[in-house]
Amino acid sequence: MSEIKTVGVAGSGTMGAGIAIVAARAGFKTIVHDTKPEALARARKQTEGFFAKSVERKKLTQDEVARIMGDLTGTTDIQALAACDIVIEAVFEDLKVKHGLFGELNRVCPPHTIFASNTSTLSITEIAAGSGRDDRFVGTHFCLPAQLMKLVEMSPGLRTSDETFKAAWDFCKAMGQAPVKTKDNPGFILNYFLIPFNNDVIRLVEAGVAEPADIDRAIKVGLGYPLGPLELLDLVGLDTHLLVAEALYTSTHEPRAAVPALVKRMIAAGRLGRKSGEGFYKYQGSAMFGG
Amino acid sequence: MDYQVIRAGESRSFSGDHPLVAGGKDSGQIVVIIGADAGAAFRGLRETDRKAAVLVELGAECLGVHTGEARGEEGSNVLGFARFRLGTAEPSNLVELVRQPRTLDTAITAARKLFEEYGLKVAVCGDFAGRIIDRLVRPYYNAALRRLDEGLASAGDLDMTLKLGLGYPEGPIQLLERTGLTHHFDVTQALFEAYGDPAYAPARRARVAKQRQQQKS
Repeated sequence: MSEIKTVGVAGSGTMGAGIAIVAARAGFKTIVHDTKPEALARARKQTEGFFAKSVERKKLTQDEVARIMGDLTGTTDIQALAACDIVIEAVFEDLKVKHGLFGELNRVCPPHTIFASNTSTLSITEIAAGSGRDDRFVGTHFCLPAQLMKLVEMSPGLRTSDETFKAAWDFCKAMGQAPVKTKDNPGFILNYFLIPFNNDVIRLVEAGVAEPADIDRAIKVGLGYPLGPLELLDLVGLDTHLLVAEALYTSTHEPRAAVPALVKRMIAAGRLGRKSGEGFYKYQGSAMFGG
Repeated sequence: MDYQVIRAGESRSFSGDHPLVAGGKDSGQIVVIIGADAGAAFRGLRETDRKAAVLVELGAECLGVHTGEARGEEGSNVLGFARFRLGTAEPSNLVELVRQPRTLDTAITAARKLFEEYGLKVAVCGDFAGRIIDRLVRPYYNAALRRLDEGLASAGDLDMTLKLGLGYPEGPIQLLERTGLTHHFDVTQALFEAYGDPAYAPARRARVAKQRQQQKS
């Protein structure tokens, strides 16, 4: 299998933008695709802000940032991904959407291109089944915020070749990430535990057991977690949480994975989290986390 | 504001030489009752309504067990509290401060101020079994133990994934081994009885640890 030099990222939302930073920062030519030019522009602006903070914090020099930004391009033309050795998909957690995207990519990309999905809850095998190359397909679940977190849950589908998995594993390490092999199970490890936990937290708010700030303070002080669960939910976005939780519930039918009614009410009210300026807390600005 | 500390048995929140305990006077506007029998000691006190706040250390029980409840309108200057503590680990800096529907805001303010003067952090919660943390983390710990049994990953990989992925200081398996699976059994058994929710039913590994402890005693 040929060496990975050029990386495609499909989707320029929070996860896609973060993954693109990881790849470009590690020295890979990185092409980000999104159907919406405004989404690409927003991601570019957030990425520039992130790297400006990296320079401020002396993690990178201005010259290094210039090189990275030169390697990082955005496009609305999916044909541009034909140059990629691996394409990492980071679009909505919807099997039909992912099948549509990978079907298109399969027509555009050369046979050697590995397809990877950043899905956090859907089955790698099921996504791969609609890709046209299920032997060259792998799960690469990055953690939020991808530009800061090292862990990547890597899952082979039932038909993933050993060669593909090894190439993707080596690529992941070459990006400076810490891959962990997991089974192709709903939610893998992280979301299997995190989504029901977050749902339980929302149910506590719903039941009036405590205010969000008290719950977050309790978890951070009592258990030493870096972020309170409601702060994390606001960062992830309640619309994203809804999609992920519904996907997990559809796969597992475990009661704790069922989305609390409050989530849908908050989404209807436009309280999506940081991205909309209000979730469980109120926010100003939309700067990318870390630097 | 002066405060009095009444000790009623061994406290899981405060050892005898904790500055908050050592700083107590013979009497004061706040009464802090600590120890496993704090509730009984409270019930034996008179004229508590003259105090700014009366703080009763709780175990697994609700505050209402000691104060009584009335049509969802209970509440006074009496609050429950406990420093969160996992099994045999030292108490954390978190105080879960338990209020009732009509608890006086002045009592909450006085209690918060007292604890914060000693460097503790306060999270206010309603009077429910498990308060905030146990109610939230015990199903997660149970799930981790169950998934370990089912071979999702090794104990080390489970712990590493949750530490690296979520920034947790310690993975669930290592944490439960360090602080005691038997304690996890005790807490989850109490929560299972309180809520009847299978998510709280003690995990097999916790039950095994408890049975082995019982064999030894």
